[in-house]
Amino acid sequence: MGALQRTGLVFAAVILLGAAAADPADRLADPTQEAHARTLFRDVRCLVCQSESIDESDAPLARDLRQLVRAQVAQGRSDDQIRAFLVSRYGQFVLLTPKASLGNAILWLGPLLVVAVGVAALITRRRTAADPAALDPQEEAALEKLSREETI
Amino acid sequence: MIDELGQFALILALMLSLAQAGFSIAGRARRDAALTGAGEGAAMGAFVAIALGFAALIHAFVTSDFSVMNVAANSHTAKPLIYKIAGAWGSHEGSMLLWCLMLTGYGAVMAAARRLPFGLKASAVATQGLLGALFIGYMVFASNPLNRLASPPFQGDSLNPLLQDPALAGHPPFLYAGYVGFSVVFSLSAAALVEGRVDPAWARWIRPWTLAAWSFLTIGITMGSYWAYYELGWGGWWAWDPVENASFMPWLMGTALLHSAAVTEKRGALASWTVLLGIGAFTLSMMGAFLVRSGVLTSVHSFAIDPKRGVLLLGILGVAAGGGLALYAWRAPTLKDEAVFAPVSREGALFLNNILLAAATAVVLIGTLLPLIRSAIDGTPISVGAPYFNTTFGALVSPALIALPAGALLAWKRGDLPAALRRLWIAGLAAAVAILATFSLVTPRSLLAACGIGLGVWVIFGALAEAAERVRLFRAPLQEVGRRTLGLPRGAWGMTLAHIGIGVFALGASFETAWRAEATEALGLGQTMHLGGYTLRLERVAQEFGPNFEAERAYIRVTDASGALLCEAEPDRRLYAAGGQTVSGVAICPRLLDDVYVVSGEKRLGSSPAGGGGPQRGGGGSLPSSAAANQALSAASGGARVIAPPPPLRGPPPPTGEENATYLVRAYWNPWVHFVFAGPLIMALGGLVSLTDRRLRFAVTARVRAALAPAAAE
Repeated sequence: MGALQRTGLVFAAVILLGAAAADPADRLADPTQEAHARTLFRDVRCLVCQSESIDESDAPLARDLRQLVRAQVAQGRSDDQIRAFLVSRYGQFVLLTPKASLGNAILWLGPLLVVAVGVAALITRRRTAADPAALDPQEEAALEKLSREETI
Repeated sequence: MIDELGQFALILALMLSLAQAGFSIAGRARRDAALTGAGEGAAMGAFVAIALGFAALIHAFVTSDFSVMNVAANSHTAKPLIYKIAGAWGSHEGSMLLWCLMLTGYGAVMAAARRLPFGLKASAVATQGLLGALFIGYMVFASNPLNRLASPPFQGDSLNPLLQDPALAGHPPFLYAGYVGFSVVFSLSAAALVEGRVDPAWARWIRPWTLAAWSFLTIGITMGSYWAYYELGWGGWWAWDPVENASFMPWLMGTALLHSAAVTEKRGALASWTVLLGIGAFTLSMMGAFLVRSGVLTSVHSFAIDPKRGVLLLGILGVAAGGGLALYAWRAPTLKDEAVFAPVSREGALFLNNILLAAATAVVLIGTLLPLIRSAIDGTPISVGAPYFNTTFGALVSPALIALPAGALLAWKRGDLPAALRRLWIAGLAAAVAILATFSLVTPRSLLAACGIGLGVWVIFGALAEAAERVRLFRAPLQEVGRRTLGLPRGAWGMTLAHIGIGVFALGASFETAWRAEATEALGLGQTMHLGGYTLRLERVAQEFGPNFEAERAYIRVTDASGALLCEAEPDRRLYAAGGQTVSGVAICPRLLDDVYVVSGEKRLGSSPAGGGGPQRGGGGSLPSSAAANQALSAASGGARVIAPPPPLRGPPPPTGEENATYLVRAYWNPWVHFVFAGPLIMALGGLVSLTDRRLRFAVTARVRAALAPAAAE
């Protein structure tokens, strides 16, 4: 029994393969509710796994969490209520989508800042660089011919 | 004895790397070609020494020399030969040796390059030597793969069974060839800063290294993704896992570098930005190695090692990247960057590409690191998962793909956007048709996915339009078209291929994500389940034996809607006795573009549910699932085909419920998933085709040589 238990633990801790999310034995009777529960699963972290949602994980805890979410879906609680319940129990860590807060703002502002600085650089560049005198159509055609022959 | 020789070779390599740096610096300072020559010789010597050490480690793995700690921890006599060899880089220590092998290998090739100007080459070889000394020093002192054990065990602990896989055997070498390829770009960038000169010739020199590193990294990431797809058994190919992100960041930055280096090469513009990317790409590679190897991040690919090494790796990262960036901050303002261009021009388009790729890199970087930073600052652990990455990353990459075909058709300096768009009318039409057709024909309807398909079609046809434009298809006489097609440089073909590749990937990713189907049922023998248009019938289940595992294999007949046989899927559950781990072996039935993906799950004893899987669970099923699985594995089921005499692992089989056992079968239909893997491979092929460009082979064109003349006269 000892050996069996130990192997079982290793199994649970190391592999945790694949989704038991759709295990027929656990499903909700109502297919719409079940589908809804599964969209919620994808946003809930399996806390004991490395980096998986409870939709993907086979860990016993993930199954418990799934049953918890299913029960609340069946009771007709809203998504926000279910998420709030999970957060009150397990903390922000349990949700895979970080909530919009001051501490998390950099997640969206950081990339935006990169774009803003880049676009600003492109525009100011135009201002400082002297605009070359416009070419007449003949020159334009010659230039186009040249630049087309000049391949990457 | 061989191990001690290997150990000695590694220490010698450390000394040679230091000599490489010392001689090159002294030679550069005194303008003494004999000294820099000695530095180059040391670079080649360091590579040879590391190669000897690597050969010693391979030898230890092949001969199962368990007196070597690393072999004892990661190998096993029963392991197939290929995985014994692959085991050499399956562990942290071995992978660091592979890293050093690549680092000195690239360094040796650079040292042998003939056309680099004196100052630049000496500085670059010196930088490469310093990098080599840092990493080889770390390996020798803190992470030595050839250390012996005082009392060798009789048998090794074996490699994690998930890693015993052909794709994963090849994944680290490609990945590292990519990561470390950027080290040469880093060294050449640092050297350019030291020399205070970044010109089109320099951009041309970094091109082959960037292309090689980028292509290898593309292949490595694709292999890793494919491995995760069929080995982890969850049916997906990208999870935004920290370890995946760690390899993706240098790729994104390398992609940006390829494009900005093109601007520097053609027009001498963006010089300072290109240098920054050159330093950044290898910095992110090193950071990736640190994140993966230090165990600071929670990842499904857990490589957790002891934190002391993590701190050391962080130190190396700080010294190397900090040094490079400090040099940049100090010297970059002196770089000249005078070229003018209008915002609507090839330069402007490539600039936009770089802005968006930099922002995309920022998304991955911030998303990966913020959980670490938050928990370090205020102790609130947060998760940043796939939902964040998908939306934010998608929002940045979509405009880049929309702009791509038009940007590639713009002229340098000042482009004519309406003219470029006119040349893209076929691509625009094709994309519109694709969006309409996808949206109206494929159910369930998804506008977002239809737009993704349209985007893929737009990029592919745009790339073809650009190639047609180059050869003046339909505009010039056929003879001229033929002449131009033959005369087109390989670099142009490479670019077209790479752009087609990203379009193909967009097609696959959009379609697969939106319309994959999944089904899970508990099947008794002879029962069927339905998935998309396919029917899966569980024929039989047998106990079988592999070289180092025992398997419970299900035989599942997959037929399509017309009843024609698609394949016999044979998914299994393997118990690796050496490590005591159970792993699911996935069975994949490939069609032209799609996969039917089958995983067999735990066995459930007791009464068979009616109609192929009802809600009830029988006797054994009420056990915790893992225990039930082990019970199932240890039970020699009735009527099983026995290939080899079964070594009795545990007690006798449980007597009850065998006849009505059901097996949890999970299946996915992954439509167009082959595009997801083919796209990146086409991109990598494009990179390799570019690499064979004649202009790169001879390293310098006449024009570049002319640009060099002043430097040579110096």
